[in-house]
Amino acid sequence: MSVTIETSATSLLRFATAGSVDDGKSTLVGRLLHDSKSVLTDQLEAVEHASRKRGQETPDLALLTDGLRAEREQGITIDVAYRYFATARRRFILADTPGHVQYTRNMVTGASTAELAVVLVDARNGVVEQTRRHAAVAALLRVPHVVLAVNKMDLVEYAEPVFAAIAKEFTAYAASLGVTDVVAVPISALAGDNVVEPSAHMDWYGGPTLLEHLETVPVGSDPSEQPARFPVQYVIRPQSGGPDMEKWRDYRGYAGQLASGVLRVGDAVTVLPSGHTTTVAGIDALGVETDIAWAPQSVTVRLAEDIDISRGDLISAGATPVPTKDVEATVCHLSDRPLHVGAKVLLKHTTRTVRALVKEISYRIDIDTLEQRSAPEGLAVNEIGHVVLRTAEPLALDSYTDNRRTGSFLLIDPADGTTLTAGMAGEAFDTVRTDADGEDWV
Amino acid sequence: MTTATDSLPVTDNPFTLSHLDALEAESVHIFREVAGEFERPVILFSGGKDSIVMLHLALKAFWPAPVPFTLLHVDTGHNFPEVIEYRDRTVAQHNLRLHVAHVQDFIDDGRLRERPDGTRNPLQTVPLLDAIESNKFDAVFGGGRRDEEKARAKERVFSLRDEFGAWDPRRQRPELWSLYNGKHAVGEHVRVFPLSNWTELDVWQYIEREGIELPEIYYAHHRDVFKRDGMWLTAGEWGGPKETETVENRLIRYRTVGDMSCTGAVDSDAATIADVITEIAASRLTERGATRADDKMSEAAMEDRKREGYF
Repeated sequence: MSVTIETSATSLLRFATAGSVDDGKSTLVGRLLHDSKSVLTDQLEAVEHASRKRGQETPDLALLTDGLRAEREQGITIDVAYRYFATARRRFILADTPGHVQYTRNMVTGASTAELAVVLVDARNGVVEQTRRHAAVAALLRVPHVVLAVNKMDLVEYAEPVFAAIAKEFTAYAASLGVTDVVAVPISALAGDNVVEPSAHMDWYGGPTLLEHLETVPVGSDPSEQPARFPVQYVIRPQSGGPDMEKWRDYRGYAGQLASGVLRVGDAVTVLPSGHTTTVAGIDALGVETDIAWAPQSVTVRLAEDIDISRGDLISAGATPVPTKDVEATVCHLSDRPLHVGAKVLLKHTTRTVRALVKEISYRIDIDTLEQRSAPEGLAVNEIGHVVLRTAEPLALDSYTDNRRTGSFLLIDPADGTTLTAGMAGEAFDTVRTDADGEDWV
Repeated sequence: MTTATDSLPVTDNPFTLSHLDALEAESVHIFREVAGEFERPVILFSGGKDSIVMLHLALKAFWPAPVPFTLLHVDTGHNFPEVIEYRDRTVAQHNLRLHVAHVQDFIDDGRLRERPDGTRNPLQTVPLLDAIESNKFDAVFGGGRRDEEKARAKERVFSLRDEFGAWDPRRQRPELWSLYNGKHAVGEHVRVFPLSNWTELDVWQYIEREGIELPEIYYAHHRDVFKRDGMWLTAGEWGGPKETETVENRLIRYRTVGDMSCTGAVDSDAATIADVITEIAASRLTERGATRADDKMSEAAMEDRKREGYF
């Protein structure tokens, strides 16, 4: 089929796919791209040419997405790639996260910016260990919407009971992780059932196709439901130079991107970590004065009083976090160098980077069983655990549960700048259990 | 069991951002992060539409203060005159500082050798790295988009380059949330791609919305061109046409702007931004596939050049 690309402004959905190669993820991504006209003739020709060179008779669509030499040589996907496609209703940014050994780290990366995660399951195998892991990572990263795509329905005679049993098991598991918005779609990525076009083989299914759901799922949370958080990125003071310096002599604006909530002119705000309070005197939306701004807009805020504010401070309205030097967090370790107790690191939180010490690695989470295990060797790459950090300066952190932007941080190696660890303030799951809790979990 | 029918319809949430607003907010955030964290950033500016949109975003990001970055143009010597004129006018208009690194200088003093095919695009890497090193630039903005090419689909927004300017796809830093890590050692630098998540269509829709002026060669005009390797090239001092190639006057426009020797024109009667948007939305060819000879050199041409320090 052909999809007309809408040329007017539409909304944007960032989503991530999770699934091992055998689940048919490449085929699904290929079909979404192909059927939304995002694979163009010259790209297809390049794939056909490369496939012929390898002695393959039919074009290998994996070559569309496996872009690097090493990937093509080894037939594996090395890490997250971003794909772009559009339909009449929406623009999509797809974080294509490969499912091999470096899996957890990649899915955490892809899920960190995703508003929706597609978890792929092979209908013949149902919910397996890998599926539970996908669901756990989506829950850990607080991805608001999860889609269970039960693939290869053509190989189970498009049987409803097969789909219903898998959907039921997955939804119950996801609910136990705190994921409430799960939508299950029976598909065949290879045959095209329910991906873009409704399936002629599954009359019993009354829901939308995968693409239809991607097009209609609500984007973004309602910013008016969250307190305003505005990390100061940069102080704009035109008097330090420029052609119009006379006109802007008294201008002092705090540039940043609203991490959450709504700011209005006149709002009472607190500047953290100093704790000074004042009101919003003006908001400039990239050159245009406005009286309201909301997440995730990038704006410049002017305040009623001349307070000493610099990059790294947080302008906060509504319930305000208490700055702390003691940070408890769930982390995913990203680097090949393990994270040990006693490590001196840099911690980047919003626009603020401070020195930090790893005081304690409380436990490691077995992502397959959600059990807590001891971590005497520290955290290795791809491991998820709970840590206690002590920072050199106080941080205005929210719990990651409440705020994905002001609750997240990175740990960085001060020696060479390597990104070591992704951190989420607070506990991972309500349901994490200790070893003693019993074996028959799940 | 939850099925898709339970999902909420699209609401009339007054706080929903259009995709262009969302992309703009993200790009502005990237510019301000660099301004906040680096000592000597520079914007690569070629006079092409992506770098023009980059500059427009930078102007908005720091308004009413001037853009706190200088510009750098790596000049292959095979330029479209309209583009150079546009470049110089823009620099003057916004009171910017422009560095120009000339490929010709490097050929003249023997540091580079002209290629047999006359294409100078691949020769840009050496003057680029030289300019970065001698000016001690620590962050270099490029207009690269991940939708352009499959090696670029793997590129980070903040891309660390070693002292040789090299990109190693296997040693990239994971990039999470909007937390960009710009830490680098002395001698290393970071390439920054604020348009990473934009597509060609987004760029044009944004140009339309913001009323951004572009060099005229982006719109349909009559021009003397000749065909080489399936592309319409403009005749010029760089070595075209050869005796076997015939010049024709055709109605064409350019989808990308680069070195004249390898940037192809497309047949087009799209004379306005709206026409161009309609044309791109219907096109069955990618931007680079339609117009860039240098990407056709090998299956991994872009990746190989990026490893050497190209953008």
